[in-house]
Amino acid sequence: MVSLRFFAAFIGICQLALPQSPTYRVGRAPTPAEIGAWDIAISPTGKELPNGRGTAKEGAALYVRKACAGCHGPLGSGAHAPTLVARKKEERTAPAVPCLSPCVNDTNTMVVHSPFATVIWDYINRGMPLGREGSLTPNEVYALTAFLLYKGDVIKESEVMDAQSLPKVIMPNREGFSLPPEWKHGQPRLQGYP
Amino acid sequence: MDSKKPNPPKTGRRGFLKGGAALAGLAAGARPVEAQTQGTSTKKIDELIAYGERSRFVTSTRKPVAERHSPDEFGLTFHVLTPLQDSFGIITPSSLHYTATHRGAIVPDIDPNEHRLMIHGMVDRPLVFTMEELKRLPYVSRVHFIECQGNSARASHKNVQETHGLTSCAEWTGVPLSLLLKEAGVHADASWIVAEGAEEVKGASSIALGKAMDDCVVCYAMNGEPIRPQQGFPLRLMVPGFEGIYQIKYLRRIKVVDRYYMTYDDYGHINPDPKVTALTHQIGPKSVITFPSAGQQLSGPGFYEITGLAWSGAGAIRGVEISFDGGQSWKNTELRSPAYPMAHTRFGYHWNWDGKECMLMSRCTDDLGTVQPTRADVAKYWNVPLDKVRVQGSNNSVQPWKVAVNGSVTNGLA
Repeated sequence: MVSLRFFAAFIGICQLALPQSPTYRVGRAPTPAEIGAWDIAISPTGKELPNGRGTAKEGAALYVRKACAGCHGPLGSGAHAPTLVARKKEERTAPAVPCLSPCVNDTNTMVVHSPFATVIWDYINRGMPLGREGSLTPNEVYALTAFLLYKGDVIKESEVMDAQSLPKVIMPNREGFSLPPEWKHGQPRLQGYP
Repeated sequence: MDSKKPNPPKTGRRGFLKGGAALAGLAAGARPVEAQTQGTSTKKIDELIAYGERSRFVTSTRKPVAERHSPDEFGLTFHVLTPLQDSFGIITPSSLHYTATHRGAIVPDIDPNEHRLMIHGMVDRPLVFTMEELKRLPYVSRVHFIECQGNSARASHKNVQETHGLTSCAEWTGVPLSLLLKEAGVHADASWIVAEGAEEVKGASSIALGKAMDDCVVCYAMNGEPIRPQQGFPLRLMVPGFEGIYQIKYLRRIKVVDRYYMTYDDYGHINPDPKVTALTHQIGPKSVITFPSAGQQLSGPGFYEITGLAWSGAGAIRGVEISFDGGQSWKNTELRSPAYPMAHTRFGYHWNWDGKECMLMSRCTDDLGTVQPTRADVAKYWNVPLDKVRVQGSNNSVQPWKVAVNGSVTNGLA
């Protein structure tokens, strides 16, 4: 029995170390933990969203505590970093930083332009805060996303954002995009375009 | 070319080593010794033997896009333009290759021994590769341009670096993405991939699976050496002919999925009009004359070799024509380089300038027979007046250069 157990363990070790690619026998299978740590691109369906929850109220406090206001302005506008909260026409000042594509200004904040709320969650999670990217917990990202959605008049202040509710939020620009056409080798970009 | 610049040093290695006094014996010729400028490099000779540098008389440099300084107040790099006016042939030196980043980024300092590429999602066998493993696999070397979608000429631009400097071309080496995806075993119902980088903002784009299986390459080398950090060291995804944002730097993950993921980089490029979206991803046939171009000066009537670059996201360049009368009539040029698919291609034309004012233009035709449009062609397509036309998607319209009687060359859009 001892030898059988030893044999089983030996097979286990071999499987871990065995090359996985069938033709060239290189590479290895990632562990579920390795995949989980890197699987951060969030589908519009919200498939990859982690457990957690947050509200606009919690997000408002985090917006100050995490120093978001330092770059984006206390009201989410008028500072060096892109505008987060669109202002009314009469309140707008010239942007501190000129716009390059993708241009983010009052007419084009993430809340105004994103067809899906998952885009906002994804970007805060991967890209913020500047210099400490990836440091926010899922709860914090849910709360900050809820705060921006509330400031953009998309959800109520009391609404809880989590893996179930966030993908269901209907964004103002939900229909404002078209998918790229199916790509085929040797096919012009747009038939009939000069 | 520039008579104000000193002549290059004519002394041999010894004078160079001493780095100072001109040796009268070597400096033969009519010119007085004082006029011979002697080279002094700031580097030691053993450093220069180990890793060469260009002459100090060659001063061509990249420049940030004027509207957005790089680095900006956060220390981030945005868009940096290649000096196309000084280019020869089709290869952009790696140090002059244009640079653009997702939201602005700090170039990461990645240890290649620690770097991994993960392929997962809708595959039979998720896989992780080390750099050493990737380099054991069959590889290809291909010459490809990369162009930013923001590479769009404006009337305010003063030279070809400003109008067209967000395109560059290099030789890229790596493993075909299709090979890696086949090793992982892509599910029949998969339709897209999400490719993602390892830099601090983890730039990611959605790419159609058809394109991923066709000609994309997971590259570790550029112009015969490991890819430089500003270009994605140690691994960059080459998506030939697609706009720059798809060429994911610091590539660490490819997830095979069944829908368009609308990443941050994707969402910045969406448009409600499917026609505009169709013109946004792949670069159309495009060309530009690099000499004579705005900011340059002809010294008088006589012979000049007109030269420029042409490229297309759909394939190789079949031919390039030029016009001297603002597009009324066109003449064929000669291709002066190999015409690789999705690569800068050099064209040339023998020209005897008669000293009269003219409007120079070039237009190319690609493998598919698609002809680069003038702004008038674009206005006609969208049915808008010429003075109101905005070229939708990636701007591949014809660039006019105005040659004045005094030989000065300016932007014909102005």
